[in-house]
Amino acid sequence: MSDINPALETFSQEVDELLSAMEEALLGLEGMPDDADCINSIFRAMHTIKGSSGLFGFDDVVAFAHEAETVLDRVRNGERAIDAELIAVLLACKDHTAQLIQHALFNEDEALPEVLQQQSLDLITRLTGQSATAGMPTTQEEKADHFEVDVNTTDSSDNWVISLAFKQNALRNGMDPLSFIRYLQTLGKIIEVIITMPTLPRIEEMNPEDCYLNFKIAFNSSVDKKTIEDVFEFAEDDCVITILPPHSRQEHYLKLLADLPEDQVKRLGEMLVEIGALTEKEVSIILHEQHNEEHADKRPLGEILVAKNILQQPVIEQALKKQESVKQKVNKESNYIRVDAAKLGYLINLVGELVISGAAMRLMVDKHGLSDVDDVASTMSHLVEDIRDTALQLRMVQIGETFTRFQRVVHDVSKELGKQIQLQITGGEAELDKTVVEKINDPLTHLVRNSLDHGIETPAVRLRAGKPEKGTIQLNAYHDSGRIVIQISDDGQGLDPDKIVAKAIAKGLVKPDQILSKHEIYNLIFEPGLSTKEEASNLSGRGVGMDVVRRNIEALRGNVSVDSELGQGTTVTIHLPLTLAIIDGFMVEAQKERYIIPLSMVEECVEMSSDEWQIDDIQHYVNLRGQVLPYLRLGDFFHKNKKHTHTQRESLVVVRFGDAKAGFVVDELHGENQTVIKPLGKLFENLNGIGGATVLGSGDVALILDVQGLIQHAKKRVNPALALSSMA
Amino acid sequence: MAAKAKKDDGILHLSIKDDMTIYNAQSLKETLLGYCHTGTQELQLDLSAVNEIDSAGLQLLLLLKAEAQKRAFTLRLLRHSEAVIEVFELLKLGMYFGDPIVIPANWKKS
Repeated sequence: MSDINPALETFSQEVDELLSAMEEALLGLEGMPDDADCINSIFRAMHTIKGSSGLFGFDDVVAFAHEAETVLDRVRNGERAIDAELIAVLLACKDHTAQLIQHALFNEDEALPEVLQQQSLDLITRLTGQSATAGMPTTQEEKADHFEVDVNTTDSSDNWVISLAFKQNALRNGMDPLSFIRYLQTLGKIIEVIITMPTLPRIEEMNPEDCYLNFKIAFNSSVDKKTIEDVFEFAEDDCVITILPPHSRQEHYLKLLADLPEDQVKRLGEMLVEIGALTEKEVSIILHEQHNEEHADKRPLGEILVAKNILQQPVIEQALKKQESVKQKVNKESNYIRVDAAKLGYLINLVGELVISGAAMRLMVDKHGLSDVDDVASTMSHLVEDIRDTALQLRMVQIGETFTRFQRVVHDVSKELGKQIQLQITGGEAELDKTVVEKINDPLTHLVRNSLDHGIETPAVRLRAGKPEKGTIQLNAYHDSGRIVIQISDDGQGLDPDKIVAKAIAKGLVKPDQILSKHEIYNLIFEPGLSTKEEASNLSGRGVGMDVVRRNIEALRGNVSVDSELGQGTTVTIHLPLTLAIIDGFMVEAQKERYIIPLSMVEECVEMSSDEWQIDDIQHYVNLRGQVLPYLRLGDFFHKNKKHTHTQRESLVVVRFGDAKAGFVVDELHGENQTVIKPLGKLFENLNGIGGATVLGSGDVALILDVQGLIQHAKKRVNPALALSSMA
Repeated sequence: MAAKAKKDDGILHLSIKDDMTIYNAQSLKETLLGYCHTGTQELQLDLSAVNEIDSAGLQLLLLLKAEAQKRAFTLRLLRHSEAVIEVFELLKLGMYFGDPIVIPANWKKS
């Protein structure tokens, strides 16, 4: 014993322990044949002995232990019932294993005595119920059959099954399948190779330079699928490769699947790649195949994987189950979060302050030229930006809920009025700030009621007009250049321009000889005191509607417009900013004063030079690439009395609001700026052209331009008659 | 010359004097096919001079074995060279061909 090296000594002790544990478990099984713990401990004993013996190169022990292990694995999986006879055989196996190991330990390099060899064979026969030698396949075909069975039972459970079908030109392309298999050998143990030549022609026609070889390899290794796939990387074009993971891997995959974090719903393919059961390459090939299948019978991904022998059914099932549970969990979680809106408001205020102090820091860094601080500051401002977006996102709600509330209104009102009206909702998933949603509710209700009352006719009238008996009101929402657009449209009688003009003249809103565009006429309905309804109902028509609607919407920095076709219907369009708190602004300077233009409204910036554009200084417009664009000198507009000279180069900022465009002439462009909107005090509420203010990093105040108002103003200068609606 | 043949009572003894690779697979196949005629009862292939064998060569051996089974003659592989043994070991083909393989004493331990 003394000349055995320490590792072997440990091995011998371990084996002794394992074998006695096995004996104990076997005896325990006699009382309770179904005890899973006992079966597992027997299996583990054999498995570990096999593994450790392999380490020391005790091939005889490995060969025998492997047979025993295989049978035990089947018992464990419930494929083979355990009975008194099997227990007796296993006990004999245990004794035999001890003998084999004793022999291996003390008679190193000596062949196994015939007695022990014979005993091994006998025991294997009794274990498997078939003769060990007779079980060996004799011809390649038989071997192939035997192997196929192996794949589906658990006999080769510990092996990868790699199928390689080389294409005809593989050899000519310089492939040598043997070299891949040789390389494969370096990663693990090749247990079995089946060579088939399914396409082999008659010997006379066989071209020795063609490749007819298909390999099926049982491969024992602990490497992952990707590594094995990489072995055949160069053969990819000339070979169809499928790699079926071994049974033990399967358990490994199942475990990994169970451990996958449940924070987001993933696609099946993604999950399988993540646990290593599939490689990205396989996924893309399968997806491609799936895509090419006939549309009618597109099979799900999992089904293809099983059919193609790439993965076993249980792994797929487990993955699908996991996917389902994650889905449910995520759904549940998303229903759970409820936060006090006031807390969110506070958070957003803080983020606003953070943005400002971030800008102040930025300024300091630039001022002192601290290049090493610069990087840190940049990272931080990126983070601040992300925090800002995320914080604002928290307050975003879908508008759908507000929309669906109108279903009830429509239902009730249409009954009351004796009309048949249906409400169609689209774009309900568009998101906007909760405070905006709350404030838009009243104007929306008003507009919907207007449509119900004035817009949609009674069924009798509708039928006479050749329209379907049932009227339709549509609510639609969508995002457009950083703003949300809400449309309320009906297929009712529409607005009558003549009536509106007549009424407006009667009220003294317009002069009789004034020529108005259709658009301007329709927008007259937003003027106070103008209602086209002859009689007021209890719903609407008192003339105190649309002007309130417009005021409410403008208070949200939005705007509203109406379009109509007599007899066809009316559409009211509302533009709203997504949020009221922080925006991406564009900072400009004019007459030493800084202004912020909401970035989403800026179309382009060009140099204000008379060489390039024809500038009409009296009427205030430029010819911008053939387009007449009214412009406004911000400096002149806000400092009317100050006299100044335009010595330096000026820039023209082209802004767009809805369909209207205008240019602002400024002295300097400062670029993007995160703008925290601070409302102006009561005193300044009615300032022309100013929508709010913000604090800059330097502590200075910059004014946020009311682009819509300024565009109207610029247009009025060009043609006073055009800007009628802004006169109110 | 790729192979040398000896004839004796329907037993053909053939020594392959060349590598069995894609480069000479064509000529090798012609040669081997030439010996697969009806009179042949046993074909003995001496592989001792095969210094290199690749997939194409292996394919020919497999083909020949299949052909032998079809035509009911015996194919015997003799004196496997190290290169051949290595491939047979790799692909566990010894059992399939069923010929005794003599592993030389100085066989490198793999």
